[in-house]
Amino acid sequence: MADKVKCAILGSGNIGTDLMLKLQDSELLDLTFVVGIDPNSEGLALAKQLGLETSHEGFDGYVKQHELADIVFEATSAKVHMANAPRLKELGKTAIDLTPAAVGPYVVPYVNIGDVLDEPNVNLITCGGQATIPMVNAVSKVTRVPYAEIVATIASKSAGPGTRQNIDEFTSTTSEAIVRIGGAEQGKAIMILNPAEPPIMMRDTVYCQVEEMDQEAILASIHETAERVRTYVPGYRLRIDPVFYDDRVVITLEVEGAGMFLPKYSGNLDIMTAAAKAVGEEFARHRLGLPTGAGVGTEVSRG
Amino acid sequence: MAKRAIRVIDSTMRDGSHAMAHQFTSAQIASIAEALDDAGVTTMEISHGDGLGGSSFNYGFSAEPEENWLRAAAKVVKKAKLAILLLPGIGTQEHLTAAYDLGVRVARIATHCTEADISQQHIELAREMGMEVVGFLMMAHMIKPELLLEQAKLMESYGAQCVYVVDSAGAMRPDEFKRKVSTLRGGLEVPVGAHCHNNLGLSIGNSLAAVEEGADYVDGCTVGLGAGAGNTPTEVLATVLELEGYDTGIDLYKIMDAAEDVVKPIMPRPQVVDRASLTLGYAGVYSSFLLHTYRAAAKFNVEPRDILVELGKRKVVGGQEDYIIDLAAEMAQAQEAAKKNS
Repeated sequence: MADKVKCAILGSGNIGTDLMLKLQDSELLDLTFVVGIDPNSEGLALAKQLGLETSHEGFDGYVKQHELADIVFEATSAKVHMANAPRLKELGKTAIDLTPAAVGPYVVPYVNIGDVLDEPNVNLITCGGQATIPMVNAVSKVTRVPYAEIVATIASKSAGPGTRQNIDEFTSTTSEAIVRIGGAEQGKAIMILNPAEPPIMMRDTVYCQVEEMDQEAILASIHETAERVRTYVPGYRLRIDPVFYDDRVVITLEVEGAGMFLPKYSGNLDIMTAAAKAVGEEFARHRLGLPTGAGVGTEVSRG
Repeated sequence: MAKRAIRVIDSTMRDGSHAMAHQFTSAQIASIAEALDDAGVTTMEISHGDGLGGSSFNYGFSAEPEENWLRAAAKVVKKAKLAILLLPGIGTQEHLTAAYDLGVRVARIATHCTEADISQQHIELAREMGMEVVGFLMMAHMIKPELLLEQAKLMESYGAQCVYVVDSAGAMRPDEFKRKVSTLRGGLEVPVGAHCHNNLGLSIGNSLAAVEEGADYVDGCTVGLGAGAGNTPTEVLATVLELEGYDTGIDLYKIMDAAEDVVKPIMPRPQVVDRASLTLGYAGVYSSFLLHTYRAAAKFNVEPRDILVELGKRKVVGGQEDYIIDLAAEMAQAQEAAKKNS
């Protein structure tokens, strides 16, 4: 077996636990350590069952045994990560941030990961951003996109208290990343919660205003991108063929979760943990001196 | 005995924005605001139909930035308070602060009826700035009175000074309105409001039922200008309330003139209950889906009522306008497939 890079997860809630399960079959990342704050949490219990080192002492618990991991996935909250980020940097760790703290640059696997591999801290934007920015990028690679807008609709049950109390963070962060990473000149993001039972799958709509309506080239780029995203999020699909009218392209997406720890409808959470794994593996390749760049979004990262 | 005072909030320049496909000009806003102010309307709401920040591909772009509308109204209004609508997830605290700076003093913060907890930041910020805050529970037909009360209590706990039962789909009937208003009245310290759409022809009946059950705030739009079949016409509401012995402070002739002389001439289409808007009420679908559905139905050559009924079945909520084109395309593909097979 090839060398692996050791990693830890901070946060033993839903996201941390789902990521823990996803990392089990990684050929590049060796998850050694899961850190939480509640000794009775389901996540820590599961980690122990898997034979992982655990701590319920939060960041201090991690620092005591920080040699156990070189890459740290932060699945706590923005506030906690803000406090942890400088200390992780001092310890020389690479932080992959799943919170909205956005201490480091934004990253979307396949879109811009090659630009951030030497960064000490990267941020995974938002669930809506992970789902839609690849599509904005797919269109902006073909033609100028003066404006792009995304609507993310998620099941009420899959939106935790953090998301609910900070809904503006979602809209502002995602809008910004549509421009910076998606390549549109202006961006707007909208989030809708739908309480229907049974819960709905995550749905996203991407509207791109385009300068040149080269339908064939745009379609090809969209389908190629969807294929790439599917290599790390198998439940990512176009709901209907993209619709072209006036000066715009409308792309509708659905994200079905892998259903490991989280239910399948919470594709919004699944795409975050799947992207985190893909990003972590690319960092691991970089550290191990394996070829990167073509890595994420190809067969290799299927894990 | 002194007549009970009812506060009528006019939303011609917000819910009416849907019916105008968001194409109000500042000049139109100024003339409407001036006429309403002169008629004694004490609070008028001005925003994109989907609230501040609603100008978008998804909901339709406004002809002018909302700031222009608010500035135009602020210039002419002498007595009335200006209000805005904000839907967290669409508008942000930044929009709210900007509106405050333009002189807006009433913030109406709206969420789907089960999602009140996404309004906390916005309600708290508006209160901190000294605004009067109204909580707006949309699509209230979708849940039972007790659940609606739980959500209303959340808004009250964040600082809302009134909570509305909002019949966004125009699907509620008077008995249901009474049960929901009385449940909220019984469980809240703050006043209760009613916002009605006329898709089933019941906007006045529902408003009156709500007032009889103790609602102290009622919304209207002159000539009913609003989403779907429109809202409770302010001029009719003021007249009926006066006949029933309530005090609205609105001058009846003047509000009738505002409707007839100022608003009616700028309306792109008559505000009536037609087959598609009636279907909104029947299927329980968000009223502002109407014009988007017409457009999608024409593009994909499917029956608009079929789209609306299916959207109702799929329990689509306010703000999900993007679902319409998705569904219309899906139905068109199914039609094609059926043709090929026959």
